[in-house]
Parts: sequence; C-alpha cells; structure tokens
Amino acid sequence: MTNLKHLVLGTAAALIMGASGTFSQAMAEDTNYVPLLTYRTGAYAGSGIHIANGMHDYLAMLNERDGGIGGVKIAIEECETGYDAQKGVECYESTKGKNALVYNPYSTGITLQLIPKASVDKIPMLSMGYGLSAAAVGNTFPWIFNVPDTYWDGASVAIKYIAEQEGGLEKLKGKKIGYIFLDAGYGREPIPLLEQLSTKYGFELVQYPVPGKEMQNQSSQWLNIRRDRPDYMVMWGWGAMTPTAVKEAVKTRFPMDKLIGVWWSAGDEDAAAGGEAAKGYKAMNFSGVGSDFAALGDIKKLVIDAGKSQTDPSSFASTLYNRGVLNSVIIAEAIRNAQEKTGKKVLTGEDMRIGLESLDLTADRLAEIGLADFAHPMKVTCEDHAGGNPVFIQEWDGKQWQKASDWIEPMTDVVRPLLEAAAKEYAEKNAPWPARTEACPN
Amino acid sequence: MFYREAGQFKTSYEADQALFPIRQDRIGLAVILLIAFVGIPLTANDFVLTSIMIPFLVFSLSAIGLNILTGFAGQLSLGTGAFMGVGAYAAYKLTSLFPDVNVIVMVLCSGFFSAAIGAVFGLPSLRIKGLYLAVTTLAAQFFLEWCFIRIPWLYNYNASGAIEIPSRDMFGILVTGPEATPLTRYFIVLAITSVIALLMANVLRGRIGRSWMMIRDMDIAAELMGIRPLQTKLLAFAVSSFICGVAGAMMVFFWLSAAEPSSYSIKLSFQILFMVILGGLGSLSGAFMGAAFIWILPVVLKFVPGMLGFDIEAATVEHLTFMIVGALIIFFLIVEPHGFARLWQIGKQKLRVWPFPY
Repeated sequence: MTNLKHLVLGTAAALIMGASGTFSQAMAEDTNYVPLLTYRTGAYAGSGIHIANGMHDYLAMLNERDGGIGGVKIAIEECETGYDAQKGVECYESTKGKNALVYNPYSTGITLQLIPKASVDKIPMLSMGYGLSAAAVGNTFPWIFNVPDTYWDGASVAIKYIAEQEGGLEKLKGKKIGYIFLDAGYGREPIPLLEQLSTKYGFELVQYPVPGKEMQNQSSQWLNIRRDRPDYMVMWGWGAMTPTAVKEAVKTRFPMDKLIGVWWSAGDEDAAAGGEAAKGYKAMNFSGVGSDFAALGDIKKLVIDAGKSQTDPSSFASTLYNRGVLNSVIIAEAIRNAQEKTGKKVLTGEDMRIGLESLDLTADRLAEIGLADFAHPMKVTCEDHAGGNPVFIQEWDGKQWQKASDWIEPMTDVVRPLLEAAAKEYAEKNAPWPARTEACPN
Repeated sequence: MFYREAGQFKTSYEADQALFPIRQDRIGLAVILLIAFVGIPLTANDFVLTSIMIPFLVFSLSAIGLNILTGFAGQLSLGTGAFMGVGAYAAYKLTSLFPDVNVIVMVLCSGFFSAAIGAVFGLPSLRIKGLYLAVTTLAAQFFLEWCFIRIPWLYNYNASGAIEIPSRDMFGILVTGPEATPLTRYFIVLAITSVIALLMANVLRGRIGRSWMMIRDMDIAAELMGIRPLQTKLLAFAVSSFICGVAGAMMVFFWLSAAEPSSYSIKLSFQILFMVILGGLGSLSGAFMGAAFIWILPVVLKFVPGMLGFDIEAATVEHLTFMIVGALIIFFLIVEPHGFARLWQIGKQKLRVWPFPY
C-alpha cells in the first residue's frame, strides 16, 4: 500500500502543478495569437488532418519566410476538438484568454455553439464555407464571417449545375433529385434552400439522412436510392461518410457523373475510395487544385522539407489541404488588413474583426502572395459576410481531380432573401439578440 | 489519530440519527462546501469554471442519478444519456412555451418529464434483470435519441436541429445564454447539485433507500418481507431519471448553451456509467469522485506536457490522455474493484489508526 500512497500523492502533485500551470502560461507579447481548432483524432480525422495541416503550414511558412505578418510573428496553437462540440467549446474557453484573434471551428456543431459567444468575448469567427448560412448577414452577425460562400450558395450552385446539364432551369420540372447528407447540423443546413428551390423549379427532393454513428454503413440508404432512382444525387458528406458513400454509389451502380458533392466532400481520399470506378464523381470546390503555386512551393521548401510540419508529403496540396491553406490565407490577409486599418502591429480580436470585414482579396493580391488563380477573388462587405462567390465543379478522373467547369455564380437572388429571413428568425429565437453597434470599417 | 471518533458521545436520538454523525465528516463537508461556495469563485478563472467545475457538477449529479438506479436499486441502465436528453429537451420546450417563468423552475420541472419517461422504460425491470435489462434501457437510449433527431417540434423546427438556449434572467441577473457570467451559472449549478445530493443522502438512508437496497440485494427476500417490487423499482427509475433529467437540463442551460442530439448519445450514457463504477456503486461521494476522475483528469492532463516544457502536438496529447486515463481506470479497478468510495473508506480507516497501524 505504500506504493499506492506514493502514486496517489504523485498524481495529486501532478494535478496541482498542471492546474496552476494553466494560468501561469504567459504569452509572449509581440506575437499575434491564432488558435487552430483542429481534429486529427476521431471519426472525422480523415478529413480533418488535411485541413489542419494546410492551415498550420501556411501560417508557419509566413513565419519562416517573412517573419510573420507586418514583422510580428504568428503564434500558432492547435487544440484538438475531435469534431466534438463539447471539446470544441472547451478548446475555445481554454484559448480565448490568450488574446485569440480569430476562431476556425471546422465543425458546424461547434460553430453554432460559439456564435453567441463571439460578440460577448469580442473575438470574430471565420467559418470558411460552412457553419450557419444566415451568419452571412453582417448586420445581424457582425462577428461571424463565412466567406467565400454559405452552404445555401453551394446548394444553389449544385442545382444550377444540374440544370445546366439538363439544358436549363425549366427542364428541372418533374426531375427527382436526391439529397444524401450527414445527419447533423452540417448536413441539415442546406435543406431549407433545397426545399425552396424544389418548389420554385418543380423538381422532387428526396432526402437520405445518414446518422453520424452509422456513416460507415450506408447500405440501407443506397438501397433506397436504387429503389427511388433519383436523376441526380447531391451529397453533403464529411469525414468517413464521403468515401463510404462513393463506394456504395459504385457498388449500387449509381451513375457517378450524376453524383455531386459539396466542397467538403471533395477530398482526394474521398473519391479515391471508389478507385477507377468512381470516375466522373463531381464535387464543388473553391480552392486551387494541385501544387503548382509559388506559395505552396515555399511551404514545401520552408516548412515540410524542413521537418516543421506533420504533413505527409503524399497528401501535400490535396484538395482539402489547399482548402486549409486558403483558410489561412484569409486569416493572414485579414491580419494584414487590420494592421493597416488600425496602425497597430499586435492585434486584438476587435482589430481582427475590422480586418476581416474589410477583406478584399483581389486577383492581383492573390498573384502577389504567390497564389494566382488559387481562389476566386473575394470581398467582404459589412452587409454580406459571405459574398456569394462563384465556385467551380471538379471531376474525379479515376486518379485525381480535374477542373470540370468554369466558375459558377450561386443564385444570389434566391439565396439572399432567404438568408435575411433566416437571420431575422435567428435573432428572434435568441432574443434579446444584441443589435449591431460595431462601426463599418469600409 | 486524524479520524478518530472516540469520545464523541451521542446523547440524543437526533444526534445518533444525524446525517453525518461523526464530527470529522461534518468539518470535512463544511470545508468542501466552503471551498466550493467561496474558495473557487474567488480564485478560479472563466476556463476553470466553464470547462471544469460546471461540467464536473453536472456530471456528478447525473452520476448520482444513475447511482441510485444501478448502485442502490441494482437495476443496470444504459439509458442515462437519453434520460438527460429528455430533461434538456423538456426544459427547452418549457422555456420557449413559457418564457417568463423562472428558468430554474423550468429546469426542475423538466425532471418530472424524464421521471415519467424513465418509469415507462423501467417497466421491463419487473420481468427481467441484469444484462437483459441493460439491453432494454439501451433500446430507450436509441429510441429517445431517434425522437430528438426526428421530431422537429422538440427543437422548435430549427434548421440546424440543435436546441439553442435563449437568454433568461432572474432577479435582473442573466442566468442563461452567452452573456450570463460563468460565476452565476456556476453558483446555480452548485446550488442545485448540492441540494439534490443532500436530499438524496437523506432519502437513501430512510425507508425508501433501504427498500431499494433490499431489492438490490435479493428481490425475492425483499418481496417476502413486504416490499412491493413494482412500486419500489419504478420509484427507483423515476427518481433516478428525475435527477438525470435535471442534470441534462443543467448541462444545456448552464454549460453548453446549445446542444445537438449527439450530445445525449450512448457515449454520454457510458461516460456516466464509468463514473459510477469507478466512483463506487452505491456511494454518493463516489459519484463526485468518479465524475472528477472521468471529466477533470483528462482536461488537466492536457496541460501537463506544455507545463513540463515538452512541445507535443495537440493530437498526440489527446492520444496520450486517452492512454493514460485508460491505464489509470484499469489500475484503479485492479487495486480496488469497489471504486474510489471504497478507497476513501480504506484511507479513513488508515487515518483512524495512524501512526500505530495494526
């Protein structure tokens, strides 16, 4: 029992040390602190690892190459969420006190929990192409940014692309479009818009929810799909759900060129699960394909080859990796903007909000940072925090992704009124929702 | 030496039947309550309150709830998560239907909904026992979770399918929503947890608690002695679910502020069950110790490598935490299969005879 006593004492000592240490962790004053809420563990790690690597590597590259932004280094800290909302909030609470500039939750569930906190803690949140669609309404959600697109923009592009294939929006009448989605906040987000479009254009929308814990067993959903014979399938998949769906689609001989995934279902491994047979699988995308960009070359040279990253060289510049890079580009550009607008070098969350709200990523600027044509130019305004930017469709050729369409504009005329209505509804449901008091920096 | 009750004579029946008959226990409890009500609020920062203390208290309460059913009444249940969910959804619906009613009343009322549901799913316990009963409570878990996802009325037709708690105030102080301070929320959770724990400590040593334990130890003998299994078992299910429901409602109202159905999944049921088993079946203090071990230890462990100056990736820390906590669970169960409560009892005995052990 003496051993046990020592052990108990030791554990207690370790606990006390750990607890006291949490508070004494002082941040160096001359850095801009960017916490990254990532997930390299759990069921969604397959997608999360690439995003995490991309986000980390671009910021690390800026530190290595330029000594940070505006001469101030970026302090990067990852916090593991496991795509779990409770852990995400825990990460948020444990890092927000260190003068965090911006949060990227990479989970719609975590985003929804953090949205009300953002305005209270004065830390903006960048949910790049995910999260609450209504957050695009800047006057209701001054602290939330979802450039370049909301899910509703994405859903409208999917429908528009299908219409293009059929020869016009009026040809959608009487068609049957299936929607297979991860049954969580993420997958349910686009449903209101799809329903709206279905009544407007007269196509039938059939929903196939995939519960999170059964995402690796979708045979029943795909059996139903085979029975219902939809003309097209739109997919909102993430983590292990997408490769499973692609595999099942191949197995049930669903015509792959009629299956269109959202930009989060556009991973290389997602499509590769179906191998050669998945040829023709399409997915939306808004970030560059391939490694043929100067900035990515710098990342390779200064970060990955220098052993300062966890990136597996074979997954470098994959679709989701590049998505993570784009996320960090937006962060970096917002920091630069904020530094210009406020004249400060070391920023706070409030400065960062100004930087994000006045973000104007032009084609020239993209070329200047070595990422020409990496993404469509995007601009944030005080009213519109998403921008409704065009996205393109990429196609799996059996080995890799190929760009398969030009930039397609979302149906902003349909989406915007819905966004406004949804934002209003959100504010009413969460009354008293704080009215915007932040001045518009543009 | 430290824990000797020699010389403490009871001169009245009241003193003999007191909840804490030993002076050291009373002092100990007073110190713990003092730390909880005064010490922690004075010293802790927001992170400690929101990410450690509030969840710890919520989980302690739900572990007490499950302990009543499994530890005291001997009915194995895997539906704790769902019963907590019932409480959360009931409180959410109640507060959106009656926005002006005090939110604490709503949280406590929500317990009655989960008590009713718990009693219904407790009916099979009259026919089946042990692992077979666990399977039927598992059915409750899946069925209720399905309801949370598939019945949009429960979450007010939110597009996201999550329940989001609106801001509510009480005597002019915000108690829920993002602007409620962690300290306010902590005090409410602490008050509810302590009151219910104290109440349960009283119930458990009285007629009701004893009848539960009789059923647990040998139901046939209990029946022969005049305990009615129907009422007793269903009451255990109802009381247990009531407490779990209140804990679930507190979880979303005072901790998470928004919850998806997945927050009340089977994972939560198992988490609570592990707390109960590790803490000690049939012990209220064990519920607190188990909750501390399962919830606080991993959160704190995450900071240890950074503290010691190791630069380890966040994901690796997560893996390490998993492994360490897992290893510790196995270690403690080998050392003391009856959980921390039993360890503490042994410790008390050692303190009693120290420094002359025999």
